[in-house]
Amino acid sequence: MKDVQLTIDGREVKAKEGMTVLEAARKAGIFIPTLCYHEKLEPYGGCRLCIVEVEERGWTKLVVSCVFQVADNLVVRTRSEKIDRIRKMILELLLAHAPDAPELARLAAEYGADRNRFDKESSFCINCGLCVRYCAEIKKKFAVGFVSRGTRREISFIPEIAAEACWNCKECFPLCPTSFLQAAYVLTEAFFPKGNPSG
Amino acid sequence: MAKINSPAELEAFRKDLVAKRDPTKPLISVCCGSACLASGSGEVAAVLEEEIKKQGLSDKVELKKTGCHGFCERGPLMVLRPEEVAYFHIEPKDVSEILSQTVKEKKVLDHLVYADPAAKEKVVHEGEIPFYKYQERIVFGSNGIIDPKNIEDYIALGGYRALAKVLFEMTPEQVLEEVKKSNLRGRGGGGFPTGRKWEESRKVQSDIKYVIVNADEGDPGAYMDRSLLEGNPHLVLEGLIIGAYTVGAREGFIYVRQEYPLAVENVNVALRQAEEYGFLGENILGSRFSFTVKVHQGAGAFVSGESSALMTAIEGKVGEPRPKYIHTAVKGVWDRPSVLNNVETWANVPLIINNGADWFTRLGTEKSKGTKIFSLVGKINNTGLVEVPMGMTLRDIIYKIGGGIRGGKRFKAVQTGGPSGGCIPESLLDLPVGFDELTKAGSMMGSGGMIVMDEDTCMVDVARYFLDFLTEESCGKCVPCREGIRQMLKILTNITKGKGKEGDIELLEQLAETACEASLCALGKTAPNPFLSTLKYFRDEYEAHIKEKRCPALSCKDLIAYYINPEKCQACMTCFKNCPAQAIIGGKNLIHIVDQEKCTKCGTCFEVCPPRFRAVEKISGKPVPPPLPEEARVITRKSKEK
Repeated sequence: MKDVQLTIDGREVKAKEGMTVLEAARKAGIFIPTLCYHEKLEPYGGCRLCIVEVEERGWTKLVVSCVFQVADNLVVRTRSEKIDRIRKMILELLLAHAPDAPELARLAAEYGADRNRFDKESSFCINCGLCVRYCAEIKKKFAVGFVSRGTRREISFIPEIAAEACWNCKECFPLCPTSFLQAAYVLTEAFFPKGNPSG
Repeated sequence: MAKINSPAELEAFRKDLVAKRDPTKPLISVCCGSACLASGSGEVAAVLEEEIKKQGLSDKVELKKTGCHGFCERGPLMVLRPEEVAYFHIEPKDVSEILSQTVKEKKVLDHLVYADPAAKEKVVHEGEIPFYKYQERIVFGSNGIIDPKNIEDYIALGGYRALAKVLFEMTPEQVLEEVKKSNLRGRGGGGFPTGRKWEESRKVQSDIKYVIVNADEGDPGAYMDRSLLEGNPHLVLEGLIIGAYTVGAREGFIYVRQEYPLAVENVNVALRQAEEYGFLGENILGSRFSFTVKVHQGAGAFVSGESSALMTAIEGKVGEPRPKYIHTAVKGVWDRPSVLNNVETWANVPLIINNGADWFTRLGTEKSKGTKIFSLVGKINNTGLVEVPMGMTLRDIIYKIGGGIRGGKRFKAVQTGGPSGGCIPESLLDLPVGFDELTKAGSMMGSGGMIVMDEDTCMVDVARYFLDFLTEESCGKCVPCREGIRQMLKILTNITKGKGKEGDIELLEQLAETACEASLCALGKTAPNPFLSTLKYFRDEYEAHIKEKRCPALSCKDLIAYYINPEKCQACMTCFKNCPAQAIIGGKNLIHIVDQEKCTKCGTCFEVCPPRFRAVEKISGKPVPPPLPEEARVITRKSKEK
């Protein structure tokens, strides 16, 4: 892999070709906030919190750093008035779902996000997809998936698979930034206790 | 049918077809496009077939069931050739007379021809009807003379000649140069230069490449791709094969939405026939070029029309856009270079090859060449599909072709570009249509939806409608789009219900910024456009809703009241009898009043009140005047006094 030299927030950073800007920044100790990112999983680009500004061949644009790849002489800014404004809005939109999620609360403090800006929504899920992707990509079980689309999109355990695959795994539980996943699982368990030796 | 094996064979076959056809023989083209079928053209065609036999005309007249002619508002319709007599609003009972009078006796039936409301005269011939006269139907024109299920109709018109030319007289580089020179831009929405997309894909070294037709048309009210695919599938297919040859693809897909059964059917028939005649498969027309096409039926949401989402759907996954920063022309379906163009874009390709780029660029503006098909719908007299040269003004499209606003109402705005587009106000009616012109005005060309709105349309409600559409049609993957649309819709709904508050506009603007800047795909990035453009041109309407709780268009139910003006009411009992909620108080000779508690604001009283009285009024932003006491409401009629 070729070495690449780029600038992040004014600092010269070395990276390998094919790396994402987020990976290069993390390696250099520069923090970019994320919610749907996981180093073991394919880049997802769902939460858009890791948005940064890049300058390439005279063009400036906003990209998400978990997907955008490094390139020689790339100039990256991880904070700006606009970036902070967008991150604050994204956090406020998500706080309508999970106002007490510790990760969101921490980021909200950093970006001055108001947890009460929008009316509370009925679902805690922020659709980061960590559980769905972990189960599919790492465990290859597909016990939890997305259902519906648009504003109705939500995660759901597939009871027939969950009853077999989940009871001694539950590796997705700690990944969930809100407490929705466990609630969904418990609900599935309650409706579908068959196959679960403890239930 | 044996495969056609060379350009010479194709030309000989075409000449043979033309020679067998008698141009003076009466030909009836009945529109059997989806819109006309819905208004009963299938039955008309069936009766016609039967009646032709019954009247012993089988050898003397030919019947052709064609795709959409465009003038859908007047369907079922037909054109009788060679005279080009156009008949509209045909019913099965008219058929026998059409045959006995027009076909046999060459007499025109007055009640079936087009009556021009402006000139107050009848127009007999298709080409003279204003709706058709001002169009430039280079792509759509053949629809009216082709039986889409018969490849020979297409060949007789010179079909697949461009393919023969490309395969035997041109190198892929030359084709690419010609397409680049034509300045053809994507008709699906963005207007990306087609030649540049092809070039990008052509440059990539890959043993497998794909070319794809995007027929996942989804804008509300738009159906031009549907009609083109239903009515002239070979034109699109020929364009696709030429594109495949140019970029070096051996496989192609036609991604057509499942909701278009006739398009799916006609495309499948076209593919079978094209293969049988030697235009698809191994060694096309005896050349060394081979190419096959598969039809992929899309069952997904609006978002599946987005290029990367469409490609993930072809791969058999959920139709969601990819978060990659690499063009699908380089890495598309299964990470192979994939050129995706809209139906109409592909359909333009054979025309450019046959007639040359210079012929194509004579039409249009500096940066938008050729024509564009629009589906002209809404509060307009002549609803239908129109093909106009780029650069025609919105005013000409709406008034000359569209015949102006229905019911003598006042024009308010025209919405172009579907949920990604915006509303253009009266002050910009002289805007020439073109990709950059429409974008500059805060809207976009989009795939060609053109919804005309009159004074009764509330612009806040229009913005609300499109966001409501997107809550279901977005994939919901990224936060700025999914959550942004959710909140924008909530705020807009509140405003239309009279629950808007100070700061709503600013909050909407901030949500719009996040969606535009941070969304994953073009759907989210453009989702706020209906809001932004209506705010730009109709800010006063937003403010009236929020500050005065008034809907200036008198359209938002929660902000209006129906009121019977006691000065005008003649106690005729019409509204009293028709009100479904029994909310009219009154009686014979007793002036009516609306019981505001019971009124459901359905508007029936407003509609049924005789025009000579016009006593029912809509009120918004001010209290309803208190009703007169009963004794003051008694009408003593003079005629009864005697």
